[in-house]
Amino acid sequence: MATANTATHSATAHDHHDHEHHDNFITKYIFTTDHKMIGKQFLITGMLWAFIGGLLSVIFRLQLGFPDMNLEWLRPLLGGWITPDGALDPEFYLALVTMHGTIMVFFVLTAGLSGTFSNFLIPLQIGARDMASGFMNMLSYWFFFVSSVIMFISLFIETGPASGGWVVYPPLSALEQAMPGSGLGMTLWLIAMTFFIASSLLGGINYITTVINLRTKGMSFSRLPLTIWAFFLTAIIGLLSFPVLFSAALLLVFDRSFGTSFYLSDIYIGNEALPNTGGSPVLYQHLFWFLGHPEVYIVLLPALGITSEIIATNSRKPIFGYKAMVISMLGITILSFVVWAHHMFVSGMNPFLGSIFMFLTLIIAIPSAVKVFNYLTTLWRGNLIFTPGMLFSIGLVSFFISGGLTGIFLGNSAIDIQLHDTYFVVAHFHLVMGSASFFGLMAGVYHWFPKMFGRMMDARLGYIHFWLTFIGVYLVFFPMHYIGIAGFPRRYYSWTGFEFSNMYTDLNMFVSVAAIITFAAQFIFVFNFFYSMYRGRVASLNPWRSTTLEWTTPLHPGHGNWPGEIPTVYRWPYDYSKPGAKEDFIPQTVPLSATPESNLPHEQELVKLEKEIMADEETELVANEAKQV
Amino acid sequence: MYGFLIAVGILLLLSIIWMVYRIQTLVSVMKGSDKKVATGSNKVNAFMFVLFLVGAGGLMFWYSIKEFDNYNLPVASEHGVITDQLFWITMAVTGVVFIITHILLFWFPYKYQYQENRKADFYPDNNKLEVIWTTVPAVVLALLVIGGWKAWSDITAPAPENSHVVEIMGYQFAWEVRYPGMDNVLGDHDYRLTSATNVSGVDFTDKNALDDFMSPVVVIPKGEPVLFKIRARDVLHSVFAPHMRLKMDAVPGMPTRFWFMPTKTTEEMRAELNDPDFVYEIACTEICGRGHFSMRKEIRVVEPDEFRKWMAEQKPYIVNNPSLVADLPEELKELAEITISEHK
Ligand code: HEM
Ligand SMILES: [Cu+2]
Ligand SMILES: [Cu+2]
Repeated sequence: MATANTATHSATAHDHHDHEHHDNFITKYIFTTDHKMIGKQFLITGMLWAFIGGLLSVIFRLQLGFPDMNLEWLRPLLGGWITPDGALDPEFYLALVTMHGTIMVFFVLTAGLSGTFSNFLIPLQIGARDMASGFMNMLSYWFFFVSSVIMFISLFIETGPASGGWVVYPPLSALEQAMPGSGLGMTLWLIAMTFFIASSLLGGINYITTVINLRTKGMSFSRLPLTIWAFFLTAIIGLLSFPVLFSAALLLVFDRSFGTSFYLSDIYIGNEALPNTGGSPVLYQHLFWFLGHPEVYIVLLPALGITSEIIATNSRKPIFGYKAMVISMLGITILSFVVWAHHMFVSGMNPFLGSIFMFLTLIIAIPSAVKVFNYLTTLWRGNLIFTPGMLFSIGLVSFFISGGLTGIFLGNSAIDIQLHDTYFVVAHFHLVMGSASFFGLMAGVYHWFPKMFGRMMDARLGYIHFWLTFIGVYLVFFPMHYIGIAGFPRRYYSWTGFEFSNMYTDLNMFVSVAAIITFAAQFIFVFNFFYSMYRGRVASLNPWRSTTLEWTTPLHPGHGNWPGEIPTVYRWPYDYSKPGAKEDFIPQTVPLSATPESNLPHEQELVKLEKEIMADEETELVANEAKQV
Repeated sequence: MYGFLIAVGILLLLSIIWMVYRIQTLVSVMKGSDKKVATGSNKVNAFMFVLFLVGAGGLMFWYSIKEFDNYNLPVASEHGVITDQLFWITMAVTGVVFIITHILLFWFPYKYQYQENRKADFYPDNNKLEVIWTTVPAVVLALLVIGGWKAWSDITAPAPENSHVVEIMGYQFAWEVRYPGMDNVLGDHDYRLTSATNVSGVDFTDKNALDDFMSPVVVIPKGEPVLFKIRARDVLHSVFAPHMRLKMDAVPGMPTRFWFMPTKTTEEMRAELNDPDFVYEIACTEICGRGHFSMRKEIRVVEPDEFRKWMAEQKPYIVNNPSLVADLPEELKELAEITISEHK
């Protein structure tokens, strides 16, 4: 104790008494301010939402794959949404699609992914005791929780939840007369999203502040693990784009409830001409996609950060092109704000804008390509260990390629005329955003489970889970390209009414079966997760033999993360398989002066500097000690 | 009874899996393989990647070739030929990248799987490589964009003067098709005039409206430019004519347009596809509510002569709905009555 310097003294003391007072059930598990527990709260809530979102997709896949099936057996669950002759109500089909999209994008892959890992990893990997504001962090979770509860309730109201698609374009979403889901369901959607935005902002501010201010000694930006870079940039994107969604939603609230005409004009509905004139539905689309496109990267960047870390660790190789990786993430961050209108090529906006956004969109493909090539080169001549986390990371790279390449079609406005709002789009974004991010989430859970719960997940079940899911995802989403090229529109309850889409019933059936199997395979994971939490093999301190700081904490880090002083960082996080080194990894906490055998020439020069700093610290410590005595 | 048997069966299966799993775990603890960096599963996983590459790749090629004629919709417009060409050029370029990257991605795991006595290469960066794979995609993408941009500019350029105008108005849940009549000028409209007899809210105080007529199908001539004037009266819809490679949103309060040149008559397409029932269709591709999936309209492409004949046969809307012009000011009413009597 006496050797702790004053800056860290109080936190350390506090830590030692952790188990004596301080922790009752409520403060430890519910209203906790410990970033690790908050991360776990986000994770568990996200998993619940993933289950619900997946279940919804299975229900509507039943409709698409087996349109003639009698769904009477779902009546106990869906009640009046099953029509008297045992089919799914078309309006409820749209509600399912809408809720599925909203849940997956926001609740699972924003809150469940970024919320979990930004919270859990930022302090651990930069060497901080906790987030800049533990209280705000707690609020962030509880706003998310309130948002979740409201969205969940909206699933059960009589008129059904919001049903206008996850983008909730007005006038459809603004007018109750247009569809029942645009009534109370839509109101609840807007309220829930308001809480969600507040939660994201609170979280984001915290992540940014923490990364800027609370890095441990020696942890310069150029020594940050790529995970942290990804979380940091994600938070910045969120901070800049979510407020715009809020304003879009606010104007929508005005149009719905207070008679304004921001988005409404010249409407005759329900045998009545509405008084609104002068509004523009296209304005909403601009505002929405100003968030909507960056949102894609809010979902994706953390997953890319996580895989960068896992691939490097399990290739036993430094990530190839660390600088290029950071620069391409920066490029993606900036460019993600100037491509939004590629979702609107045929919305009726000025075609000249279309040309501009086509150019900008194809530019953003470049940093994405660079990232893929860097991943491949990292694998090249590595010494690859296929942990479940590693498998999911490789799976992510595959989805990122497959889905990214189809983006080149969609970003080309001339080609998008035909493909827009067809199943080609559904295939594209499920691969590049949905499945890639989902795999990032899975990879992260498998990789950091030992740090979260002090035990290992079962690897073999992890392999089975991976292969079933990886193959399953391709079987579900790859065929959608074909029906997309054939022109099948999305958000269709049935395609048999048209000559051009009155085919591929067999393929749709196949997709639905694959979806159900893939969904079922997730229970292997759920079992593995909860079983290993209590009965898994106890983990070693650094099970993946990784270099980053989180593995220097005790097996069950208390609130404050390190019992003693926070470790100092002396090197970048990717010293794997360094020539000359005894082990195939050198943790960030090992000084360069301790590894003369493996230092590169420019590092050898740094040794002197390092020694001076260490000497300074020594004297400071002694001085502090003297004061305390 | 069956339900019960199935339940028992599933239960049995689960417990067997459970036991195998427990035994596996115990065995691996006994053998101490859980302490090793990489176990035998490493080999299996590495091999699975190659297997997946070959299996999935084969499946993809097989299905793509076998089904080509099914998912590849025939084209029937001039610009559609160009956008299809762009599509397939992009497919070729991205296809090559797709295949190469995936071969590398799945072969590396096999080639470089863990070996205890090997050490990975310490290869942190190479600026030359980074520059190469930044510039090469940039150049390729630039070429693709330029092709797309040219096509896009042509497609969205103002329609030729002599285009045949057709108004398509979307509402929940159908399309209303209006022709401008012999003057080729559509009459004004005002959504406040909408009623059961005046679905499109046509403003008959505009004399251009007097000869406008409605049609249950979109009839257009082959080889002459056609301009769709698109609007909606309640929520967003989107006009999608897949064979024409045409799509444009219908926006309440903001008219939109799309012009194109049909290249094959319905009859020609029927002969070509050997399908006597073939029709061109319009579908809605912007979610608009309960009946979104059922907003079908037929397009009939005919020879120009036939088109002119058909146009001449059509009766202005007011002929069968004289009540719409009953309240017009004197002058216009006279005009309207002349129009009506001409077509009686
Ligand atoms: C079990 C796995 C999944 C299946 C089978 C599935 C299937 C589908 C299908 C078929 C649609 C289109 C429905 C239609 O247009 O009529 C859809 C929509 C959508 N899905 Fe998924 N999906 C799955 C997982 C995910 C994930 C992980 C995400 C996360 C990004 C996601 C996000 C979306 C979104 C944003 C939409 C669009 C909703 C809308 O049109 O408003 N899905 N899903
Ligand atoms: Cu976008
Ligand atoms: Cu529609």
